[in-house]
Amino acid sequence: MLAQALTKYGPQLINLFAAALLLLSFAMLAQRRILSLINLFAAQGFVLFLSTMLVAWLTGQHHLYGSAALTLALKVIALPWILHRLIRRLNVKWDVETLINIPTTMLVGIVLVILAFNLALPITMLAGTVTRATLGIALACVLLSFLMMITRSKAVPQVIGFLSMENGLFFAATGAVYGMPMVIEFGVALDVLVGALILGIFIFEIRERFDTVDTRHLERLKERP
Amino acid sequence: MSLEMLLLLGSPLAGGAVLALVGHRRYAPELNVAFSTFTLLAAAGLVTRIIADGPVTDLDEQFFVDSLNVFLVALTAFVATTTAIFSRPYMRIERDHGRVSAAGMRLYHSMYQMFSFAMLLVLTTNNLGVMWVAMEAATLTTVLLVALYRTHASLEAAWKYFILCGVGIAQALFGTILVYFAAEKVLGAGAGTLLWTHLDAVKDQLEPTVISIAFVFLLIGYGTKVGLVPLHNWLPDAHAEGPTPVSAVLSGLLLNVALYALVRCKIITDGALERPFASALLMGFGLASVVVGALFLSRQRDIKRMFAYSSIEHMGLVTFAFGMGGPVASFAGLLHMTMHSLTKSAIFFAVGHAAQKAGTQAMDDIRGLIRVNPTVGWGLMLGTVAILGMPPFGVFASEFLILTTAMAHQPWATPILLLSLGIAFASIFGKVQPMVFGDTTAKRLPHSPALIPVFTHLALVLALGLYMPPYLADWYRMAARLIG
Repeated sequence: MLAQALTKYGPQLINLFAAALLLLSFAMLAQRRILSLINLFAAQGFVLFLSTMLVAWLTGQHHLYGSAALTLALKVIALPWILHRLIRRLNVKWDVETLINIPTTMLVGIVLVILAFNLALPITMLAGTVTRATLGIALACVLLSFLMMITRSKAVPQVIGFLSMENGLFFAATGAVYGMPMVIEFGVALDVLVGALILGIFIFEIRERFDTVDTRHLERLKERP
Repeated sequence: MSLEMLLLLGSPLAGGAVLALVGHRRYAPELNVAFSTFTLLAAAGLVTRIIADGPVTDLDEQFFVDSLNVFLVALTAFVATTTAIFSRPYMRIERDHGRVSAAGMRLYHSMYQMFSFAMLLVLTTNNLGVMWVAMEAATLTTVLLVALYRTHASLEAAWKYFILCGVGIAQALFGTILVYFAAEKVLGAGAGTLLWTHLDAVKDQLEPTVISIAFVFLLIGYGTKVGLVPLHNWLPDAHAEGPTPVSAVLSGLLLNVALYALVRCKIITDGALERPFASALLMGFGLASVVVGALFLSRQRDIKRMFAYSSIEHMGLVTFAFGMGGPVASFAGLLHMTMHSLTKSAIFFAVGHAAQKAGTQAMDDIRGLIRVNPTVGWGLMLGTVAILGMPPFGVFASEFLILTTAMAHQPWATPILLLSLGIAFASIFGKVQPMVFGDTTAKRLPHSPALIPVFTHLALVLALGLYMPPYLADWYRMAARLIG
C-alpha cells in the first residue's frame, strides 16, 4: 500500500524535498542566531538523506543507500555535533552579524535562484532521470550557500556555508546522475570532514590570537597603495 | 599494480605516516629527504618504463600514465626532493630562531610528504573524481603548512586560502558532476564512466552544451588553484606567510598540477565541441593573469609576495600558450612549465636564506647579500635573471617560442604580452639589484645554508636553454601533440 503510494507520488515527493532544501537554504541565509543556523544545517542534511533514500528506492540504485547512510552519519549527526561542541567550547552564543542587511541578502538570493534555473535549463532538458527538475534547485542551493559565506563576517557561519554548499553539490549529483560512483562520494565526504576539523582548529587559533572569531579582523594582508 | 607506481605513491604515503610519528626528532629532516629521494627513484623508474613501453594504465585502469603526465611526475618528484634538501637546514634555522615548535616540525614533515602524495595522485589517477578528491587533499595539507608559524598573518593567509580554494574547488566538483552526467549518456552509469581514457575515447559523442557548461565550472575551480586572475587573491598571501620551502613547492609544483588537471579537462572539451571554446577562455584568463601579475609586481614590498605575483604572471603565460594550442604553442607551454618550476623554486630557496640573514622579508631591509654570502647573492641574482627571460637561460627559449607563436596566430595579443614582460623586467630587476649589491645589513646563520639545490636548478635551466637533447625534445613534442 505504502509502496504503491510511494511509486505513484515519488517524483512529486522528490520535488517537495527539493523545495524544502531551497527553503532551508533561504532560512539559513536569513537566520541571525548561530545555534539555529546549526540546526537548520542539520535539517538540510536530513532532507537530503530522505530524498537520497527515496531516489534509491525509486530507481533501484543500491549504492545510493550507501551515500544516504553517509549523509545521515556525516551531515545530520557528526558535523552538527562537532559544530555544537565548537560553539560550547568557544562559549559564545552571539547573534550572527551580517555584512549586508538581511532583506537585501534575500533579494540577491532570489536573483541567484533565477540565474541558477536559467543556467540549469539546457542541462535539465537533456536529463532522463526522474529527478531532473531538481538540478536547478541544487545549483541554486550552491549559489545561496556561496552568498551566505560572502555576507557573514564570523568564522563559524562561513564554515556552515561551506558545508551547506557541499550539501547542494551532493543533491546535484543525486538529481542529475543518481549519485557519483561510491569511491568518489567517500573521498569527497572524507575531504569535507577533514576540512571541517581543520577549520574548527583554526577557529580556536584565531580566537586565541585575536579574542574574537570575527573574520573582519583578518584584513591586514592586502595590497597597499 | 606495477612496482614503480606502488613505490611512487607508497613512498610519500608511508613517509607521511612515519614522519607523523617521529617528525620532531633530530634526524627527521634527513628522513624527509630519504623518503623524497625514494619517490624520485620510483619516478625515474616510471619514466624509463614509459619511454620503453608508451602509455600505460594500471590497477584496473585506475591509474594512467602517458608522456604528458610522466614528465610532470618526474618534475614533481625532483623538485620535491631538492626542496626537502633545502628545507633541512632552513627549517633548523627557523626552529633555532624560535618560529616553529617541535610539534610544528612534526606537522611540517608529515604534511610535506602527504602533500607530495596528493600531488602525485592528481597526476597519475585516471579518474576525474579521484583527481578532484586528491586536489582537495592537496589544498588541505598546504593549508596546514601555510599556517605553520601560527602568527596573525599566517593564520589570515591560511584562512583566506582555505575559504577561497574550498569555494573554488567546489565549483570544480560541480563541473565533474556535469562531465559524469554527459558521459553517462554514452558510457552508462558506473565507476568506469569518469575514467579519463574512456572519456577520451568517446569525447566526440559527448553532449556539447553540457560539456561547455562543465568546462566553465572546471575552469573556475581548478583555475582558482592555478592562480588565474581574477581568482588569484589567495596566492600572494599564502606564498608570503608560509615557510619558504612551502612557497617553493606551491609555486613550483602545485600550480603546475592544477594546470595539468585543467589541461586534461580541456582535451575532453575540445573533442566534444566544434568551436574553440576552451581555447578562447584559457587565452582570456591567461592574458589577464599576465597583465595583472606584471602590474602588481612594482607595488610589492615583501620579497616573497613579489615572486608570488611573478608566478601568477608565468602561469598566465603558460595558460595562454595552452589556449593558443597547436604543436608549437603547447610545446612552449610545457617547456615553460618546467623552466618556471625549476627557476622559481631556486629563487625561493635563495630568497629564504636571504630573508633569514636579514631577519625580514621586507625588500627595503635586505641589502648587500653579495658581501656577506656571495653564493646566496649570486643565486638570487642569477635566478632573477633567469626568470626574467634573459638568454641563455631556458626561460628565454620558452618565452620566445610563446611570443613568436602569438605573433603568427594571435597578433593582437603580442604587444600586450611584450609590454607586460617589459614591466615585469623593470619591476623585478630594479628591486633585486639593490638587495644583492649595496651596503649590507645581514647577520650570520646558525646552520650553513643549503645552496646545492639552488645551483642544481639554475644549472639545469641554463643547460636546457643552451642545448635541448633530442629525446627530451621528442618527449615534449609527444606530450604537446596530446594537448592539441
